Amino acid sequence: MSLRQGERAVGGDSPPPARPPDAAIRLRGAAVRLRGAAVRLGGRTVWSGVDLTVGAGEFVALLGPNGAGKSTLVKVLLGLLPLTAGEISVLGARPGRGNHRVGYLPQRRSFDAALRIRGVDVVRLGLDGDRWGVPLPAFLAPRARRRAAEDRIAEVIDLVGATAYAARPIGALSGGEQQRLLIAQALVRRPDLLLLDEPLDSLDLPNQSAVAALVARICRSERVSVVMVAHDVNPILGYLDRVAYLAHGGAATGTPEEVITGATLSRLYDTPIEVLRTSDGRLVVVGQPEAPARHTDRHGGDPRGDTR
Amino acid sequence: MTPSWNLVADLRDLWSYPFMVNAFRAGTIVAVLAGAMGWFMVLRRQSFAGHTLAVVGFPGAAGATLLGVAATFGYFAFCVAAALVIAALPFGAGGHGQESAVTGTVQAFALACGFLFVALYKGFLSGMNTMLFGSFLGVTTTQVVVLLVIAAAALAVLTLIGRPLLFASIDPDVAAARGVPVRALSVVFLVLLGCAAAEASQITGTLLVFALLVMPAATAQALTANPRWSLPLTIVIGLAATWLGLGVSYYTSGPLGFYVTTFAFGGYAITRLAGLARFAGLTARGAA
Ligand SMILES: Nc1ncnc2c1ncn2[C@@H]1O[C@H](COP(=O)(O)OP(=O)(O)O)[C@@H](O)[C@H]1O
Ligand SMILES: [Mg+2]
Repeated sequence: MSLRQGERAVGGDSPPPARPPDAAIRLRGAAVRLRGAAVRLGGRTVWSGVDLTVGAGEFVALLGPNGAGKSTLVKVLLGLLPLTAGEISVLGARPGRGNHRVGYLPQRRSFDAALRIRGVDVVRLGLDGDRWGVPLPAFLAPRARRRAAEDRIAEVIDLVGATAYAARPIGALSGGEQQRLLIAQALVRRPDLLLLDEPLDSLDLPNQSAVAALVARICRSERVSVVMVAHDVNPILGYLDRVAYLAHGGAATGTPEEVITGATLSRLYDTPIEVLRTSDGRLVVVGQPEAPARHTDRHGGDPRGDTR
Repeated sequence: MTPSWNLVADLRDLWSYPFMVNAFRAGTIVAVLAGAMGWFMVLRRQSFAGHTLAVVGFPGAAGATLLGVAATFGYFAFCVAAALVIAALPFGAGGHGQESAVTGTVQAFALACGFLFVALYKGFLSGMNTMLFGSFLGVTTTQVVVLLVIAAAALAVLTLIGRPLLFASIDPDVAAARGVPVRALSVVFLVLLGCAAAEASQITGTLLVFALLVMPAATAQALTANPRWSLPLTIVIGLAATWLGLGVSYYTSGPLGFYVTTFAFGGYAITRLAGLARFAGLTARGAA
């Protein structure tokens, strides 16, 4: 596929900056390529015949009703679930092979309010959490390496705008603050591909647009391909290069102007949906089924339990 | 026995008895191991599993005594076996308390078995007190060596897996995607926790293991959310509670488990009250 910068039918809050000149080179190695892919879970085919390409540096939304298999697709891309049919390559290799180049933000993850670990420690785990051993005491660690790690962590926390609260215990932060730190954790190793599973899920509206804008900015400035699972397309509509819908056991993919039409969406969601154009040229999807209200911005109890 | 309130003289007095020296050695080893494992246990919200492991140690120790084997081996055998059983349960290794019904059932049955073994071994009631509530009497040099070897091995393993274990504890999905063997680490951690519970049982008694497994970690984590500080602080607090408990228990001839627990609890209570006072102060200032 090609980048359709000029054909972008969907306006955004801010027009995305021009593509860097090497984008065309990076495009040759697509970040994600699925051909005729199918997955079975518990004896049931979740989806089949899925074709999807994510070019390097593209921002792609993965949309669809609950239970359509969006999270399943993300886990396939991570190599955590096998395909039952079809072909797949992620960053030019078998899925799972290049996971050190993939930043991952799982669905509905928030930390127990009583968890006494700082945000900066959670981000640091993204950098070196998979290394065996324990951190050496400061006076024993190689100085240059420690400096480089600390600089990178500070840099990425600054990139997501979380510097002010990164030293606070993560359980004491709001959902939006936690989400920014988790995005920083996913970014800290300079991944080539970001897989974000419903990162806007637990956020209030202002935080939804702020985090959407942040991810779009990172996609451009860090030149990382982004696959974002979303329930509501409106907050990210202005930034998307491509859209993939999962519904009815299959997928529809295309540019926003191809897919985001009343006719396509109504068919995919089995419910009447209208696409309106606002006075400033933005598209708004009306009538899309709401995500069930399952979260507030602050979390109590042990929300980690419900994802396993 | 009255203390002279001269610390050096008192310690010299305490350590002039070999059984007291052994008690301090054992207490020190156990406080370090229990502190380190407890720090992870509190982060992983597996306190209930830790308590279950300790309770299963009671029939182990009673059964060993009944068979004429040293109780210390009974503790380790049963605690580690229980750790493997919990890990084999489909939901066991993940923690998060879903296992409460099953493990609660097992806990009650383990206590009952221990009581049966004690009853079968007639004239052994003070032994039951020791097993349930701890004692500084009768720590043998062999027991100290066993405690040391097992603690050293467990801490070596913990050092090897420390960082991925922390990752898997607070962020299992991302850790798994990064290739951290989350499930295997859970099993290894449960076995290490079994060792720590078995060791702590021999100082505080089965029913008071939380004095060394939970309280120091909870106190340290309330004081700081920086893991570089809270982990060493946990061990320091555990050591302080153990040493103070041993000293006071010796001079008052009072129950060791009670004193260790009381000092650990005192530290926790002061920390939380100070935290509340600071919060109230901040709120008041904010409102003014
Ligand atoms: N481990 C599993 N075993 C069997 N079925 C599963 C499993 N995980 C998910 N499913 C099913 O697969 C479907 C897709 O799930 P999921 O990918 O989480 O959907 P989405 O993220 O789009 O809401 C659902 O119907 C779900 O019930
Ligand atoms: Mg999902």
